[in-house]
Amino acid sequence: MATERTELERQLERRYDAGFITDIESDTLPPGLDEDVVRFISKKKEEPEWLTEWRLKAYRHWLTMTPPQWAKLNIAPIDFQAVSYFAAPKKKYASLDEVDPKLLETYEKLGVPLHERARLAGVAVDAVFDSVSVGTTYRKELAEKGIIFCSFSEAVKEHPELVKQYLGSVVPPGDNYFAALNSAVFSDGSFVFIPKGVRSPMELSTYFRINARDTGQFERTLIICEDDAYVSYLEGCTAPMRDENQLHAAVVELVCLERAEIKYSTVQNWYPGDENGVGGIYNFVTKRGECRGFKSKISWTQVETGSAITWKYPSCVLLGDESSGEFYSVALTHHCQQADTGTKMIHIGRGTTSKIIAKGISAGRGQNTYRGLVKIESAAAGARNYTQCDSLLIGKRCGAHTFPYIEVKNPGAVVEHEATTSKISDDQLFYCRARGISEEDAVSMIVDGFCKQVFKELPMEFAVEAKKLLEVSLEGAVG
Amino acid sequence: MLEIIDLHASVHGKEILKGFNLKLEAGKVHALMGPNGAGKSTLGYILSGREGYEITRGQILFNGQDISVLEPEQRAALGIFLAFQYPVEIPGVNNTYFLRTALNAQRKARGEAELDSMAFLKKVREKLSVLHLKDELLHRAVNAGFSGGEKKRNEIFQLALLEPKLAILDETDSGLDIDALKAVAEGVNAMRSPERAFLVITHYQRLLDYIHPDVVHVMSDGRIVASGGPELALQLERDGYAAMAAGAA
Repeated sequence: MATERTELERQLERRYDAGFITDIESDTLPPGLDEDVVRFISKKKEEPEWLTEWRLKAYRHWLTMTPPQWAKLNIAPIDFQAVSYFAAPKKKYASLDEVDPKLLETYEKLGVPLHERARLAGVAVDAVFDSVSVGTTYRKELAEKGIIFCSFSEAVKEHPELVKQYLGSVVPPGDNYFAALNSAVFSDGSFVFIPKGVRSPMELSTYFRINARDTGQFERTLIICEDDAYVSYLEGCTAPMRDENQLHAAVVELVCLERAEIKYSTVQNWYPGDENGVGGIYNFVTKRGECRGFKSKISWTQVETGSAITWKYPSCVLLGDESSGEFYSVALTHHCQQADTGTKMIHIGRGTTSKIIAKGISAGRGQNTYRGLVKIESAAAGARNYTQCDSLLIGKRCGAHTFPYIEVKNPGAVVEHEATTSKISDDQLFYCRARGISEEDAVSMIVDGFCKQVFKELPMEFAVEAKKLLEVSLEGAVG
Repeated sequence: MLEIIDLHASVHGKEILKGFNLKLEAGKVHALMGPNGAGKSTLGYILSGREGYEITRGQILFNGQDISVLEPEQRAALGIFLAFQYPVEIPGVNNTYFLRTALNAQRKARGEAELDSMAFLKKVREKLSVLHLKDELLHRAVNAGFSGGEKKRNEIFQLALLEPKLAILDETDSGLDIDALKAVAEGVNAMRSPERAFLVITHYQRLLDYIHPDVVHVMSDGRIVASGGPELALQLERDGYAAMAAGAA
């Protein structure tokens, strides 16, 4: 490590010599990360001094940290100096004809609307399909209620006091290696603020975020619900997202005040790489919600079928008395994918409750790991947790692993844990086929039955998409 | 309807069917009896297309068509139905949803229009009442938590709903008490028709008191050793399989 840094310093000096200053005018940085890169990013986004300083502090802290090694993942070491931390928008294709036909085939299978396909594939979207007009009507309705829903960069400009108050309060920059990196170089993300007593009249989705620049690798999202507020937020989409950037390290922070509720749903299908796992995306995400207020509630629902490597633990810190946290997850690994995912429920307030339903499906040579922490602190009198981990194995070469951690410091707490492992048996498949159902349809049907408990927590359109997504992802899983 | 000609088949290299012959016409009910290991269930699995069985000689013709090359779902669409001896459980998959998917998959394969939920439910209620079955069967997952008798009755319910041309009942009476047995037999009899053929595989004569066969075959060591009218079953009951096999040798 020490040698690398000295090398870096030497390279830096060289860059200065070569006229690094002129590079600030251009839109893309050469690969490499140092304080100047951080300042460059901040300046490009026209951020106030306090935020630039915040980033720099995070960067300096990151330099003292090392990547975590404890996950059950097989990751080639990432060269952080080989990545560019600020890039111009991705090259736009002139028409759908230039797009990889396999990608278009997938959009067809998933039923993605035509204009969405263009946008997702990186085709310059016609004025006719401009999402701005749709988004504008949408925004008006929200603004009337005092709801703020905009990009993070916009929020820094329009609502700096709110950002300053809440940024990093749930996930401090020093929390972990990737959070530190994200805090230094984050590109953009969502900002949501729901004022006291307001229930968001519609689901907020990343699709409708105006000026949604391709957020790139280091997304930063902040969602705040004041007393008695409610919002349902949808992240991601079922269409496979390709990205040249291999590393995605996002940070999502949720804050709930008294009797507030945030429902955060994710359906993610990042490019998993080819059948041999080459070229897939590494998805390392820190997601955490704080139930600060009395009877506040946060629920995370996720369907993860993409990425070469998924590493995420959407968590809840249950501070307020009688607050509750929920986690519903379906994680699918196929071909050579690896997933180490789960949740942390930290009970601090009295009478707090948490519920975890984690379903893992492994197929091909996929490796699926559930890692969960249920921590009941001494003050959490009357705390309750229910955890259910189910694994479904398809085929003979995949794996499912479970690492539940339970730490209880209050004698009155009740913690329940159930786990099942099952496989789709040949007998079940034959039974379905003998009744006229094809093998693939049979697998989909059984998998869907397996995932029902989680799917019913998703907002309806998402649930339909998620079902279809699972079907497409499981193609060729049997045999 | 069904013609099996000199069928030889093996499992894991071991020959189970050794020259099996059978002719089954529409509208008829044939009983196939025999001791354990005779190959009765093997025959049922081979007819429905289960993997793991190798046909080394002979033919299986269904309405003149060689079905040995067809996948199980293709055979189902043609109208072949196997009522399993040990119906498997499929947790999480609703019984009604499963049946509707199966029925529509078959109809689609045959070029028929699929049934919408309303039409399907109507059909379901019709069959439920014919078989005197309870509604709550519809709300549970496929065979999950069903008693042995309930599983067998669910098989007959599926038979009623899918309306196959050839119904093979593999030891449908095994594990049933007398009341369940009568109920199952009633269901089968309600489904008898000139267009449908039944192959009833059983150990015991008892079932045949309720489902009267037209022809009774006795199977031993991979082939049929005796065939006759219903009185053959009574003779079997009296003399046992060993005597019959010895007589045939």
